[in-house]
Amino acid sequence: MAIQKNESNSVIEVKNLVKRYKKADKNAVDDISFDIKKGEFFAFLGPNGAGKTTTISILTTTLNKTSGDVKIAGYDLEKENKFVRQRIGIIFQNPSLDLNLTAEENIRLHSSLYGLYNFRPFYKFMPNAYKDRVNYLAEIIGLKDELFKEVKSFSGGMKRKLEIIRSLIHRPEVLFLDEPSTGLDPVSRNDLWKYLKTVRNEDGTTIFLTTHYLEEAEEADNVCIINHGKIISFGTPNQLKQNLVEEIITIDADNRDALRSELNKLNLEYKEENGFKVKYNNDITPFRIIKSIETPLTTMDIHEPSLEDTYIKLIGMKKEEIK
Amino acid sequence: MREINAALTIAMRDLIKFFRDRTRFVFLLIFPVIFIGIIGGMFQQNLGKNLAYNYQMFVFIGIIVQSLFSTSVNGLVSLVRDREDDFTQEMFVAPISRFTIIMGKIIGSGAISIISILGIVVYGLILGLPITYQDIILLSPVFIIATLLGGAFGLLIIGNISNQQTVNMIFPFVMFPQMFVAGVITPVNHSGPILTVISHIAPLTYIVDFAHGALAVVRPEYRNLVIYDPITNLLIIAGMFLVFVIVGTFAFARTERSK
Repeated sequence: MAIQKNESNSVIEVKNLVKRYKKADKNAVDDISFDIKKGEFFAFLGPNGAGKTTTISILTTTLNKTSGDVKIAGYDLEKENKFVRQRIGIIFQNPSLDLNLTAEENIRLHSSLYGLYNFRPFYKFMPNAYKDRVNYLAEIIGLKDELFKEVKSFSGGMKRKLEIIRSLIHRPEVLFLDEPSTGLDPVSRNDLWKYLKTVRNEDGTTIFLTTHYLEEAEEADNVCIINHGKIISFGTPNQLKQNLVEEIITIDADNRDALRSELNKLNLEYKEENGFKVKYNNDITPFRIIKSIETPLTTMDIHEPSLEDTYIKLIGMKKEEIK
Repeated sequence: MREINAALTIAMRDLIKFFRDRTRFVFLLIFPVIFIGIIGGMFQQNLGKNLAYNYQMFVFIGIIVQSLFSTSVNGLVSLVRDREDDFTQEMFVAPISRFTIIMGKIIGSGAISIISILGIVVYGLILGLPITYQDIILLSPVFIIATLLGGAFGLLIIGNISNQQTVNMIFPFVMFPQMFVAGVITPVNHSGPILTVISHIAPLTYIVDFAHGALAVVRPEYRNLVIYDPITNLLIIAGMFLVFVIVGTFAFARTERSK
């Protein structure tokens, strides 16, 4: 029985998804399963060739799966792909805009293809509801002044803004972003995330992101790391960090012997390497460590692990270690 | 209704783009002008005097039909060419059927090819070709049919070849010879056995022959130039159209998603 959208809290359900390309000797996506809740910000990470683009292509209905079950917004990906397409928005890796048309014309084409309005050759003939929605989105995304200019004169950042407006015009339940900030300068990248945050807060849109910039995934509700077609880690950014990366405070003193014997006495785990690298956790906090040491310290540095540290460690691990 | 709106949207997009792209418009004019003006004029001067029909007019009709046919083929082929980095990608993820996309492209490229022959007709009038309003009335439906068959033939190509480079390589090979074997430049109704077989394979032959057959209603000299009567041609064209669209759509939808 088909699980209808309203009966389930998950907006994307992937079960045992497998994709093997024709003539390939191994699976590009190898039996992966995950669930994404409504309104969640989900980051899908992995090195080049890990299976990210293959997965996103399957989820966005542009590629057939080999086996497995996928439901998006309660609809079966293969049997009900038209309903799925109606409920998703996609920002592709390469801009998919028509450069010979104006920004507004690109949006108008999209609206007509998605059955929102009948196509009319001029903006002024379009219904007010359309005009209001376009102007509203252009306003918050900051593209109002360029709406009627040809896209070929746009910078990379402006093209991305236009793609965001276009992908949101039909109010999708899930927005897929495939490496959206590739090729953008830091200011445009920052802006992009600002707008997406606004949109998420207003419409509760679920975001499915693939990216190479790990700091973009720091704010995700859940992170899924894939390598060699398999999920190697899944959880909140904090869970991932805690499981894999050691939290360390580096301290040093002029009298190293005194510091060493104190650390031993306190039963703290440490490593001598450019001073003393002492492990901390939620119970033995850096504050408690510093408070217990009487030897005068010359150095103190708390290293808070980033998602990037976790990612590099995970990708560097061998398959057996992950298992 | 929604699918019709989407197909018209896709067609309108092609038209808007066409009107904005002046280079393409000029290019579409130059090619027929070379053939009608230079080759047609040259043959008319040297051989035409001994023929029972106006040779330049013959080439003029052939080039118009060929132009309609190949512009429509090209319109469909652009679906593969643009797939990677253009709006085409956006069409493929829209909640519409593949058939709608294809119909939109066939209508759009058909409309473009009809508009682009208006220039050729004006050029024909400047050359002083004996074009009458009866010719235009008789040929108008043929022109529309030519664009439909061109679109369907384009679909058959892209349905079976999904790789952009292969399409670019194969396109001139499939299109250019048809100009010579389909009766565009010279009649092919009395060709030798090999040429007869080849011209019967080329879809363009039936459209050109259909156009000549239609003209024969008011120009009796064309009766000696046709291979088949218009009804036979129309049936063959309808059959080809159906086969190309069914096989092409099926193959296109399959190759596109099953990699």
